[in-house]
Amino acid sequence: MTALVIAEHDNNELKVSTQNTISAALKIEDDIHILVAGLNCNSVAEEAATCEGVSKILYVDSSEYENFLAENMSSLIKNISTDYSSILAPSTTNGKNYMPRVAALMDVSQVSDIISVESEDTFQRPIYAGSCIATVKSSDSVKVITVRTTAFDASPKGTGSAEILKLEEVNDAGLSQFIKDELAKSDRPELTAAEIVISGGRGMQNGDNFSLLEGIADKLGAAIGASRAAVDSGFVPNDYQVGQTGKIVAPDLYIAVGISGAIQHLAGMKDSKVIVAINKDEDAPIFQVADYGLVADLFTALPEMESKI
Amino acid sequence: MKILVPIKRVVDYNVKVRPKADESGVDLNNVKMAINPFCEIAVEEAVRLKEAGSATEIIAVTVGATNTQEQLRTALALGADRAILVETDIEVEPLGISKVLKAIVEKESPDLIIMGKQAIDGDNNQTGQMLAALMGYPQATFASELKISDNKAEVIREVDGGLQTISINLPAVVTSDLRLNEPRYASLPNIMKAKQKQLDVINSGDLGVDLNPRISTVKVSPPPEREAGIIVESVDQLVEKLKNEAKVIS
Ligand SMILES: Cc1cc2nc3c(=O)[nH]c(=O)nc-3n(C[C@H](O)[C@H](O)[C@H](O)COP(=O)(O)OP(=O)(O)OC[C@H]3O[C@@H](n4cnc5c(N)ncnc54)[C@H](O)[C@@H]3O)c2cc1C
Repeated sequence: MTALVIAEHDNNELKVSTQNTISAALKIEDDIHILVAGLNCNSVAEEAATCEGVSKILYVDSSEYENFLAENMSSLIKNISTDYSSILAPSTTNGKNYMPRVAALMDVSQVSDIISVESEDTFQRPIYAGSCIATVKSSDSVKVITVRTTAFDASPKGTGSAEILKLEEVNDAGLSQFIKDELAKSDRPELTAAEIVISGGRGMQNGDNFSLLEGIADKLGAAIGASRAAVDSGFVPNDYQVGQTGKIVAPDLYIAVGISGAIQHLAGMKDSKVIVAINKDEDAPIFQVADYGLVADLFTALPEMESKI
Repeated sequence: MKILVPIKRVVDYNVKVRPKADESGVDLNNVKMAINPFCEIAVEEAVRLKEAGSATEIIAVTVGATNTQEQLRTALALGADRAILVETDIEVEPLGISKVLKAIVEKESPDLIIMGKQAIDGDNNQTGQMLAALMGYPQATFASELKISDNKAEVIREVDGGLQTISINLPAVVTSDLRLNEPRYASLPNIMKAKQKQLDVINSGDLGVDLNPRISTVKVSPPPEREAGIIVESVDQLVEKLKNEAKVIS
């Protein structure tokens, strides 16, 4: 049977999370179609067509999909859903926004945030901020799934040659209107795709002190993240938040600075390959998950580290 | 304007939850229960809209066993005017919950539904979107700011890249993110007053809604353990280990 993967993109390029999702989909079905819906996103459709394991791109180019509004996206996906036995999207804020809506329109229970595929109807997913892993079996005839992208390698891109089928699907629900995006611009790698992440917590004391992390991030080519406390205190914007309710990251190296290690924060980073914790409190729970712990005042440790790497 | 706030009873966020020894589920024996933090934020937002004169009535609703009345009383103490318990002993999935909520929305005709973006037990992040779909309403998920005017809501949403502002027609479903507000503590007089407020109990069977689960739990297991690491003595040693032992920096 065939799986439909909903592409994550910004009308310019395909996001890696789509390739992670293709990997998950290939564990369920052997044929994959991708939906690329957006505005002026021909280049994305062409890029998606080179993904391995994909036989067809459904390409919809129309203004009502430009900002991926949930009402329009979900009607579109539902309308084209009939030939598929599973529909998957990455657990990005887009996927989380429209996929449950798709599921309800189809009268299907969604399986959120899967981390493994056990069989075509059985999946693993974290619950309780990752304190437990549930193995769940869906009895719905169509599976609607969101995928935790850190749990699946990105499937290769560049060599495939899927057919691109342009669809004229108009679905303007007229219920919601996009007003504006305020998106952070940064030369650093994207948090969820970076190989190294350095995050600051309440211990950073203010936003200016994040420059201590920036120096190190520049040298290592790292992305910068934060705990909820640092975001709530206004040190850094919301898109830095790592955790149960923020972003899930699993880089090769995660450096937690001035972060205590609450379970909700660990939920977002404990699958990192190597974890470093810098904290002045030797009893901080973050040390229980750290491969290398340094009990030190961050204000002396960070400048020293920057000079030595 | 009438606001409906669906809430959920969950394990308190400070509790470290473990699977049962036989992996048949989560061990919930004698653990502290509370209103889901995101639901509390949703209640607070409704109360603020009422205090600002935009809302006239706030109804809290939950689907669950008799003991979920405790969390409805919490919502009443925070400022909800009345509450509805749709009673059931089975564990209902988000799809089933949203069908129950649809029946309540049809009965109460609220102008706005505010609810948490996810419950911290199942971490599903589905119910608000599903209710919006079933009602044919617009949705604004992951809200960090909400303004109401002229039968519309302008909502700032927390998205992966930063913030997004959208405008939605009412009636609509809004789901709260952490930074929508900081909930107040219920005062003792308000906790006392909440005991007198109206709390209606409806049997889920009377709503004629299909609550049968579509997803079964095969097992619940502990996550993979991380091996204990080491404490390094100095920045020098840390850098040396990262270069030569872990080989994650060069
Ligand atoms: C529903 C819900 C969802 C949540 N979701 C998330 C989430 O997604 N992500 C998240 O991160 N949190 C989340 N939280 C919050 C979480 O529970 C913690 O409150 C938060 O992670 C704490 O952040 P922190 O470690 O930066 O702050 P704190 O716990 O205050 O820790 C600060 C640390 O800095 C250290 N420190 C201070 N000064 C220095 C110094 N000079 N040098 C070295 N170390 C120093 C201290 O020893 C301390 O360990 C959530 C909570 C709830 C209820």
